[in-house]
Amino acid sequence: MKKLLAIILTIFIAVAGLAFATKLLEPKYMSGVLEGAMIEEYYDDPTDHNVVFIGDCELYENVSPVYLWENFGINSYIRGSAQQLIWQSYYLAEETIKKEHPDIIVFNVLSMKYNEPQKEAYNRMTIDGMKWSSSKIGSINASMTEEEHFIDYVFPLLRYHRRWSDLDSDDLTYLGHRDKITFNGYYMRVDVKPAENIPEGKPLADYQFGSNAYTYLDKLTKLCKDNDVQLILVKAPTLYPYWYSQWEEQIVDYAAANDLPYINFLDLQDEMGIDWNEDTYDGGLHLNLAGAEKMSQYFGKVLSEEFKVPDRRGEAELDSYWKLVSDRYNAEIERQNTNLKLYGTVHGPEENQ
Amino acid sequence: MLFTSYEFLGFLLVVFIMYYLLPGRAQWSFLLIASYAFYFMADPRYLIFIAITTVSTYLAAKAISDKKQSFDIWFKEHKKEMEKEERKAAKAKEHANEKKIFLCCLLFNLGILAVTKYTNFTISNINSIIGAFGNQGTLSFVDLIIPMGISFYTFQSMGYLIDVYNGKFEAQKNPFKFALFVSFFPQLVQGPISRYADLSQTLFEEHRFDWKTVSFGLERIMWGFFKKLVIADRILVAVQAIIASPDTYNGFYAFAGAMFYALELYADFTGGIDITIGVAETMGIKVTENFRRPYFSKNIKEYWNRWHITMGTWFTDYIFYPISASQFMMKLSKKSRARLGNNLGKRVPVYLSSFIVWFTTGIWHGASWNFIVWGLGNFVVIMISQELEPFYRWFHSKVKVDGTFGWKLFQIIRTVLIMSSLRMFDCYRDVPLTFKMFGSIFTKSSLSQLNADAFISMGLESYDYAVVFIGMLVLVAVSLVQRSGSVREKIAAKAAPVRFIAWYGLFMATLIFGAYGIGYSASQFIYNQF
Repeated sequence: MKKLLAIILTIFIAVAGLAFATKLLEPKYMSGVLEGAMIEEYYDDPTDHNVVFIGDCELYENVSPVYLWENFGINSYIRGSAQQLIWQSYYLAEETIKKEHPDIIVFNVLSMKYNEPQKEAYNRMTIDGMKWSSSKIGSINASMTEEEHFIDYVFPLLRYHRRWSDLDSDDLTYLGHRDKITFNGYYMRVDVKPAENIPEGKPLADYQFGSNAYTYLDKLTKLCKDNDVQLILVKAPTLYPYWYSQWEEQIVDYAAANDLPYINFLDLQDEMGIDWNEDTYDGGLHLNLAGAEKMSQYFGKVLSEEFKVPDRRGEAELDSYWKLVSDRYNAEIERQNTNLKLYGTVHGPEENQ
Repeated sequence: MLFTSYEFLGFLLVVFIMYYLLPGRAQWSFLLIASYAFYFMADPRYLIFIAITTVSTYLAAKAISDKKQSFDIWFKEHKKEMEKEERKAAKAKEHANEKKIFLCCLLFNLGILAVTKYTNFTISNINSIIGAFGNQGTLSFVDLIIPMGISFYTFQSMGYLIDVYNGKFEAQKNPFKFALFVSFFPQLVQGPISRYADLSQTLFEEHRFDWKTVSFGLERIMWGFFKKLVIADRILVAVQAIIASPDTYNGFYAFAGAMFYALELYADFTGGIDITIGVAETMGIKVTENFRRPYFSKNIKEYWNRWHITMGTWFTDYIFYPISASQFMMKLSKKSRARLGNNLGKRVPVYLSSFIVWFTTGIWHGASWNFIVWGLGNFVVIMISQELEPFYRWFHSKVKVDGTFGWKLFQIIRTVLIMSSLRMFDCYRDVPLTFKMFGSIFTKSSLSQLNADAFISMGLESYDYAVVFIGMLVLVAVSLVQRSGSVREKIAAKAAPVRFIAWYGLFMATLIFGAYGIGYSASQFIYNQF
């Protein structure tokens, strides 16, 4: 009995030590690069969403779910992360549908330009935050670059062990919890950097989207149809990366062939009132808060009127949830504006940019 | 499949589980399949080479062994009927027949080794000679595959053949058992060069799962990984930086590079051997030790008795002794004594035999002149050391320092410095450049070179050096403890919490401080290339 207890205790200490080391060494994404913390936040939202946006920075920096709630009563969430590839979006959609079955999934089509796994760092930022499920396994297998191994995802310590030399106070502060860095998936920036000298797209050797990208777009389409979820394809209005007319044609054709709505917001800049001198914080790559709210105003109207997304304001549970998000949202606007005034940047002096 | 790859660990896990699930009588057969699978995964074409060596050596050894047995029986029966001269003639005839088979097999297999490893080296030298005579035409290099571990398994097989030929033991009758001896996967890529008489004792036995054996094996594997990942692969970055930029990193940096390389090579090679021995041990198989704390050696001769032991003894037993005792050397000895006097004359055959051994040792390490010069450098140092013996004796009769701690420390440091200097040929892989860099230690070293920024510019941060330094201290401490017996046995005798802290600490240190995974390029074990 004594020996058995000793064995159990030994195993417990060994596993606890490994778990602690893993927690300590995995990146927290609480300052500097925040995008790695986005995917995980979704699981904290207890509500059922009518609209889920799935895609890359063209969604999570350009659409404000808080604005959609406050002005249209649309309960939405953005499941986005940096350079989120289409197969990652597909598996996030699969997981979302299993979890909550939204009415609409909005997918931004820019990631169609990638046909193969790209960068390990971006893979980790998208996948690490997912809870373990068949969708996560699928996403890992579809995303891994040649240098990656599945086991590194199972045991993140094998990947992040080298961070021992980069440990800072964040690693201790956020050992057991994370602060919220998005507002239902929206990454906010209030600063302005006008879009000037936007380069034209360089000629490409081949404008055809890859077969792998199409495979996952087909899978996403089928997933939504099989589950009675309306899939909307969108292209965000940002000026760069360049969106080629040849790409546009392929998406228009695909949408028509599959009976999917497709909205290219690049063509709707004037209707939305986007002013590239005021509505972008990085020279046209992404919209700032003002731009995101303009786009949300336009898109919210489309969702409400054309897709009949219900106004759920007045549901007590949602009201109380969104009040908390709105309060944080407004506090963040205040904080960033204050920093802008004091330091000329939205980042405070304590932040690691 | 690198020892430090996930694939290898996965392969090992499957082999280990299957090995103990199978009935004992099937274990060695399974190991043969696993070994060939391991080799197949490296490159299917390699299998042809190892199969040829296995079959040819098996057949030759068996033929020799069978002939010996038949002759012994015949000789016993007819001994009394023969005169002394007839008996002698019969033995000589038998010996000659065996020798034919032996030499055919030996030359055939060494021929494969020579062709695969040394063809392009030979072509390169021929081209240099042609060029030296002003001719424009050059021979083209050939694209040959060099099977993984060919030097190791060829030497192991030839050692077996020589032992059978010398009548040390009978040839293995089962071709598959012999195939396993040649291809046993843990030692296939970087040795040690096992002797059949040693390895066969446990290789074909049935092994039941024994917790102590398995845990000792795992501990040894873990220790090997610590050395390889925490020390060798971390300091490797600085070594590569120094070697890559001789114009920048000369003088004191060249000296530092030689020291770093000494540490890297030790941690890399002994780490690999620890993994090999540990893997075999988990399956109850005993593989010969290849190192005995070589950096504690007090002279070069002792160093070579403690470093890559199985290679050293192979060259001694199968090259040095046979050459020294050959008829040619006997005649040479006689002649040289007659012409040069007894004192000088007796040295000639010894020096010539040593020269051949060190030349062969050098070229065995690689098909390039830097390895040959490295081998001959060892020869020169050992010979000078021998010649200075009378001086040492005179010195110690006058100065009573022998046996003191300070003198021992001096001897150890001297040996490390000499060996590290010779290894610069291995680092730079270019003979003139090596001499230049060695010279720069004396001509270009300056105090201004002793600055942290320069060492940081080699690709390592200060904390990397700290990890390497602490790792080195652990190595030294373990080596010191090891002098009085097995460290694992000593730890096993401690209380459970101490055992846990020791092994779990080592495991976590390797896991966290190891230079592996993304951000680190997977590094081959240095001795894989031989």
